[in-house]
Amino acid sequence: MANALAPQKQMTFGEGGIALTFGALALLSIVIAAKAYTAEYAFHAYLFAAGSLATVFAVVNRYYERPAALPPLLTADGKPNYNMGPVKFATVASMFWGLAGFTVGLVIALQLAFPVLNFDLPWTSFGRLRPLHTSAVIFAFGGNALIATSFYVVQRTSRARLAGDLSPWFVVLGYNFFILIAGTGYLLGITQSKEYAEPEWYADLWLTIVWVTYFLVFLATLMRRTEPHIYVANWFYLAFILTIAVLHLGNNAAIPLSLFSPKSYIVWSGVQDAMVQWWYGHNAVGFFLTAGFLGIMYYFIPKRAERPVYSYRLSIVHFWSLIFIYMWAGPHHLHYTALPDWAQTLGMTFSIILWMPSWGGMINGIMTLSGAWDKLRTDPVLRMMVVSVAFYGMSTFEGPMMSVKVVNSLSHYTDWTIGHVHSGALGWVGYISFGAIYCLVPWLWNKPLYSMKAVNWHFWISTIGIVLYITSMWVSGILQGLMWRAYTNLGFLEYSFIESVEAMHPFYIIRALGGFLFLTGAVLMAWNLWKTVTAATEPKPASLALAPAE
Amino acid sequence: MSLWKKHAIFEKNSIVLVVGILIVIAVGGLVEIAPLFYLKNTIEKVEGVRPYTPLELAGRNIYVREGCYLCHSQMIRTLRDEVERYGPYSLAAESMYDRPFQWGSKRTGPDLARVGGKYSDDWHREHLRNPRSVVPGSVMPSYSWLENTDLDFANIAQDLKVQSVLGVPYSAEMIASAKADVVTQATTDSPDAAELAKRYPKAQARDFDGNPTRTTEADALIAYLQHLGTAVDFKLYDDKANIR
Repeated sequence: MANALAPQKQMTFGEGGIALTFGALALLSIVIAAKAYTAEYAFHAYLFAAGSLATVFAVVNRYYERPAALPPLLTADGKPNYNMGPVKFATVASMFWGLAGFTVGLVIALQLAFPVLNFDLPWTSFGRLRPLHTSAVIFAFGGNALIATSFYVVQRTSRARLAGDLSPWFVVLGYNFFILIAGTGYLLGITQSKEYAEPEWYADLWLTIVWVTYFLVFLATLMRRTEPHIYVANWFYLAFILTIAVLHLGNNAAIPLSLFSPKSYIVWSGVQDAMVQWWYGHNAVGFFLTAGFLGIMYYFIPKRAERPVYSYRLSIVHFWSLIFIYMWAGPHHLHYTALPDWAQTLGMTFSIILWMPSWGGMINGIMTLSGAWDKLRTDPVLRMMVVSVAFYGMSTFEGPMMSVKVVNSLSHYTDWTIGHVHSGALGWVGYISFGAIYCLVPWLWNKPLYSMKAVNWHFWISTIGIVLYITSMWVSGILQGLMWRAYTNLGFLEYSFIESVEAMHPFYIIRALGGFLFLTGAVLMAWNLWKTVTAATEPKPASLALAPAE
Repeated sequence: MSLWKKHAIFEKNSIVLVVGILIVIAVGGLVEIAPLFYLKNTIEKVEGVRPYTPLELAGRNIYVREGCYLCHSQMIRTLRDEVERYGPYSLAAESMYDRPFQWGSKRTGPDLARVGGKYSDDWHREHLRNPRSVVPGSVMPSYSWLENTDLDFANIAQDLKVQSVLGVPYSAEMIASAKADVVTQATTDSPDAAELAKRYPKAQARDFDGNPTRTTEADALIAYLQHLGTAVDFKLYDDKANIR
């Protein structure tokens, strides 16, 4: 009886479409693997084939397992029925890739101090591991943190379920598959050598599809919001997603040798390519590592401090000015080079102006604690996020300073830049992500954080690590710069290049120690989160998890 | 009604917000990038810059593959100490056929823009095999596997063809003889060397890796390094003619 009344079971358009598309992709991948120019490329084609077949299996399996009628998803018990599965996955992935990326960072730091650690093998040499480190921390750790938090925040602040049925999963899994292709590619020597955009054409193409889906899921969720206003965090997430799409397409425009070759040549060349690269590169910093993480700041700090955002007007002013001005700052990576002077000057000018909107964001973040400063003493998670914003303020002062041409003539090409990047990466991006994940895991799994004491230890261990890292790089960078330009009183260059290399040795060891401490803190965090998720305790009626959105 | 209230247009309409963001982010890139393609003084007119020979191009691809650009710049800035340490400052024209560019952003090792001809092939071989045997104190990884790996140049003509589509002046003749040119350039006293030099002026042809029986990745990489920065004759170059 019941069967007769039930609607006939049918594949949804999404299920059928995905199964067919990935079936076709699996076939294409196998053909490419068979005809590939290089073994490394064939390996990637097989990965694509395996991933596609797994997707087909998962989708068809879901079809057989599920009831004939998809349950009404949008609301449950009169409340929005949030889709937190993809958020959970991306949160775990972020922590996992973070540990991997920090570890590779420590390895390459040690390689610079002790070159024997390159082991005389192609796959473990510095030149192949360094992109693995940068991509793992920026795109794998940071990217997953951004996807997780953006999917969480957009649902909460819109009071709406994430748009799409399978597409949020496609975004999360597809993005991590991109990371797998990119990372294994570097180790096997597949790179197009554009910094922070090293993956070759086929990985870029894949990422484009994933990213457009990400944008559509995010936008469609905003469109079904039941709140009248789009919350400020979502402006930043939206700017981040859109701009990264534009930058990615512009910087990676290339023609592959053939469908069967991993190699491609970039459409731009020489000086134009340099400008396009740093238009991309600096805005990967500006939008991936800044705008996206400001989105995190605008949700998690007010939430954790239980205070409203300090100034609504400031958030409007600094949002528009930040995204406008950042796009001009690229040429400060090319001072005194063969890039025309007018472009260098424009880049420097806007980089200095950029100080203002950056500090606008910092002020808005830190001052949100007005009336709740005492929480810095009692809540190490909040402290971590506030210190993160302080690091943001510091590195966005240092950056404009280094973009001044005379300063840059000393700092460019030296470790000072590396130190500057890491005060932003470890301090700002790392700490705001850690803070957000420390918030998210208890909320998502509905269990209290296992140990606040461990968070406190994490905070202090990694803060000491960051301080060791950036101070050693300041000293080594400035020393390097001064040695390169030192003259004897007879008018000869005082030092050979190798003397400046040898002078770096003690600082490289201190830097590695700093990185080791940062990694230790992250391991402690992973342990703490593991204990939180696996704890058998009954979920408390946690007030945070049910609190209404902003 | 204050002006601040007008901002609600962006906050209440996601498409307007998307369009607003796109317009605001487009300006900077357009102003800084587009003119570089039509302002004539962006790239100087100089004599001597030519496309890479097939062997040099293969070597360049190895340079890219191994991530050499992460520690070595190829851009001598217009600063006194750099010009005295490395040679004449780099011209935009010198990297006009570089896809992608290899200017670099960090000097863990020295700049390589003018490393061509500075050291012997022997030195490069030793240095790639074990950097510390010739430069004590170096932190460079050893690249000993390059001289033991045969260069894969089966599809090198395809590389030239794609580059010619992108505007690099590789002629049909250059593309047709690409594979043969690799062998010619990696051979000492090859009878075809004169033909090669006709196609690629000043191309250096010899057995770079010290192993005449094989054409290895070390052959290609050293050929590339020995060519770097040698295209323009700075005794004849008039920097006043190209004030930019």
